[in-house]
Amino acid sequence: MDKKSSLKEKESVVIKFAGDSGDGMQLAGTLFSDTAAVLGNDLFTFPDYPAEIRAPHNTLAGVSGFQVQIGSEKIFSSGDLCDVLVAMNPASLKTNLKWVKPGGTIIVDSDAFTEKAFEKSGYHSNPLSDGSLDVYKLIRAPITTMTRESLSHMNNVTARAADRSRNMFALGIITFLFNQNIEATFKFLEGKFSSKPLVLEINKTLLAAGYNFADTIEAVESTYKVPKATLKRGIYRNISGNVATAWGLMAAAERSGRPLFLGSYPITPATEILIEITKHKALGAKVFQAEDEIAGICSAIGASYTGSLAVTTTSGPGLSLKSEAIGLAVMTELPLVIVNVQRAGPSTGMPTKSEQSDLLQALWGRNGECPAIVMAASTPANCFYYAYEAAKLSMEHMTPVILLTDGYLGNGSELFRIPRVSDLPEIKPPIASANDKSYKPYKRHPETLVRQWALPGTEGLRHRIGGLEKTDISGTVSTDPLNHQIMVQIREAKVKKVADIIPLQKIEGEKSGDLLVVSWGGTEGSIRTAIREMQKDGKKIGHAHFNHIMPLPRNTGEILNSYKKIIVCELNNGQFLKYLRTEFPEIKYLQYNKIQGLPFFTGELVDKFNQLIEEKQS
Amino acid sequence: MITNRIVTSEKSLTKEDFESDQMVKWCPGCGAHAILKSVENVFPEIGYKKENFMFVSGIGCSSRFPYYVNTYGFHGIHGRAAAIATGVKLSNPGLSVWIATGDGDSMAIGGNHFIHIIRRNLDVNIILFNNQIYGLTKGQYSPTTPIGGITRTSPHGTVEHPFVTAGLVMGSQGTFFARVLDTNIKMMNEVMFEAARHDGTSVIEILQNCIIFADKTHAKVTEKEVRDDFQLHLRHGERMLYGKNMEKGIQLKGTKLQGVTVGLNGVEMEDILIHDQYEKNPGLHRMLGKMGPPDLPVALGVIRSAEFETYDDMVEIQIESAREQSEIKCMDDLLKSGETFEVK
Ligand code: SF4
Repeated sequence: MDKKSSLKEKESVVIKFAGDSGDGMQLAGTLFSDTAAVLGNDLFTFPDYPAEIRAPHNTLAGVSGFQVQIGSEKIFSSGDLCDVLVAMNPASLKTNLKWVKPGGTIIVDSDAFTEKAFEKSGYHSNPLSDGSLDVYKLIRAPITTMTRESLSHMNNVTARAADRSRNMFALGIITFLFNQNIEATFKFLEGKFSSKPLVLEINKTLLAAGYNFADTIEAVESTYKVPKATLKRGIYRNISGNVATAWGLMAAAERSGRPLFLGSYPITPATEILIEITKHKALGAKVFQAEDEIAGICSAIGASYTGSLAVTTTSGPGLSLKSEAIGLAVMTELPLVIVNVQRAGPSTGMPTKSEQSDLLQALWGRNGECPAIVMAASTPANCFYYAYEAAKLSMEHMTPVILLTDGYLGNGSELFRIPRVSDLPEIKPPIASANDKSYKPYKRHPETLVRQWALPGTEGLRHRIGGLEKTDISGTVSTDPLNHQIMVQIREAKVKKVADIIPLQKIEGEKSGDLLVVSWGGTEGSIRTAIREMQKDGKKIGHAHFNHIMPLPRNTGEILNSYKKIIVCELNNGQFLKYLRTEFPEIKYLQYNKIQGLPFFTGELVDKFNQLIEEKQS
Repeated sequence: MITNRIVTSEKSLTKEDFESDQMVKWCPGCGAHAILKSVENVFPEIGYKKENFMFVSGIGCSSRFPYYVNTYGFHGIHGRAAAIATGVKLSNPGLSVWIATGDGDSMAIGGNHFIHIIRRNLDVNIILFNNQIYGLTKGQYSPTTPIGGITRTSPHGTVEHPFVTAGLVMGSQGTFFARVLDTNIKMMNEVMFEAARHDGTSVIEILQNCIIFADKTHAKVTEKEVRDDFQLHLRHGERMLYGKNMEKGIQLKGTKLQGVTVGLNGVEMEDILIHDQYEKNPGLHRMLGKMGPPDLPVALGVIRSAEFETYDDMVEIQIESAREQSEIKCMDDLLKSGETFEVK
């Protein structure tokens, strides 16, 4: 290849594809990521859709984005600011310019920068010529014109069809810019469009055209190469948090021998889990798209009584609707996994934006004394393991488990090292045996306090349970005052005892000292990135990232007592902090909260942590 | 062809097999007692294994039912029995699933689940105790309380139009609807049996008397002086006749049903409609279901029993065919499918 540009090696880069909702930015981003993965980079992606399906063309509301960070080291997040922005129209430039690093590269479809489009996106002058982009490397590519020209030899392609494929021309430019192997991307296209030869040809033609365009023009000063990451041996795939959650549940069903039942109602951003499990009916999952959130969870409770690994998936407002039924599952002591892919609230809030503000609802948002296990996944790929563990704990301890993920994890993706199902921990549900004369619905295992699961259809175990208070052991209806107190305490103790099973809390960095950063759930990646950056600068700092919340790991108090300063960082107004204050009131906490529907950025965290370290020194 | 997957019993069963050891706590004289009797009578006759019966309920006087019959049972939360039962039946299609519910439980708080379970035609049997009142909360009006009804929350009479259960069921594309009186055990037994046999959602509305809060609410149909003229006992294949000497009948005139007397005004026996409960077109069933005083008698017995595919059967069929067609047989296959790459 005749190279006019210099080649620079980079440890990691962040690229954002942005355009109108119909511009195919998600596909371009996914193809780029998949290619990067095959070529050996670690990665983390995050699609950023508008709430509207197709907002008016060229408006700010219609901008759809896909951000990916690829790297030669472990990548923990989709990155804060991007090195390269692809902007297919003025609106996408306007909404995303603030996320471009000073000096970063911006690639625009210059054909889309018309007077009409400026008007719709609120530009008063042409940003390509008014000097406002002077601090960036601007690549103006007449993508629309060249797309049409590249396809002019194919007389069965309309201008409209051509325009819809502009994303591939743009991807071609990026492929060149990052020295990616175009053949690898071809292979993905071939897989994707194997049954649509015309679409495949269009896409391949444009990808090559974009690549050659970038190779020919002078505008590309330098191309970049991100060396291969050193990944642990194994087979990998790129997986989103929602798909990983679905698969974790399916794996738990297979490993436990209990059929999977999912009762759910569509809700952003959790619907993908419902869609994913439905795809795999062949593995025996029964999926019920219910008439509402309440029917979703109630059907799951019915399925649980009947012996299924029962699951309901939802997001914040849906969790509110399910509260009463969670109480029923607590009372009947049945296994049930409730996945809450959190989003910004309250009420409808910002459905497509992420937040961690349902923690207190998960812990305490029910009538009566109503304990359930609460846990949180923290990366897209580990959604698989936490969903699996939620199912395991739920069945083995006969209790509902609320698994919190969020929109950022659910829609984001990263590389996932594929496990073998037989390597996953065993799951042994406490199923009662037929004709067991000693069976009593609320007789418990003396240590774990777990009752047995007696499945309808089994001989000799007919019994009745429900939402009314139960007599200890026999399970008959009771309003006896002392019995109620005993039962409340047993239900509480049963959940607390799960702390004996779950792993101890781990610490990244300093095991004691001046500053401990505490976080939970979906913020792990951004906080870890900040901590690593500080460690590289020789700063002493510890990080405890929690996945088990109710109960907390046994060593939590000990950890919190080992540091002079503790800062709890959350994407809410301080909910985990409130919880820690109730559990460990003797400790003084600081807090850092962000409630903007955005993830934490490395920069803001590093600044905050440094400030705390310096405060102590002065 | 709909497959019934419920496990049948090799032994013959008796009433005792279904009697519970729990004290029945309904008020003495409550119509619910008769319903319990009927279930105990009919269940041994149905032929399923006793462990394969399951009762699900919501909240209300009716919903204590699972405690009083010895089957697997689940006493749920208000209004949600239909949703819970959906999970039960889908999870284990080998169960004969019965729902005990009331007018408030199924048509007020649980209205959404009620119409959707019927629409899907899930193979379950719903015994709907319609006493036109909230009993357990001590006498508030329900969605079936007649307009003007005086209750504790309508001291000046309700100003709400009540649901006619049959209308709601058939509007939701119900495939089976029957109506019986709590005083007619024989008909109740027959109807329960037919409901059990029907593939799909069977709704049995029982006009039940709440002796405490809505005593005689069904008196317009049940009292001795009126019952001959206001009860039409339907039987498949037979003419729709009623009256003290079966001299009256139902005739279709134009688009309306009319009560006529055979031999009067030129009406002949051939003019009286013959009941066809299996007719798929719900038009006439709908009209029969909505009949009532003062102009017409109330239709009792099985009004509609039409065969349509059931939801649970279709779910099973889809899973079976997906299993046959898919190359992915287990999670390990799925994990390795699609775009993967190996790091050596
Ligand atoms: S309140 Fe009415 S419906 Fe309830 S048990 Fe008593 S009589 Fe029966």
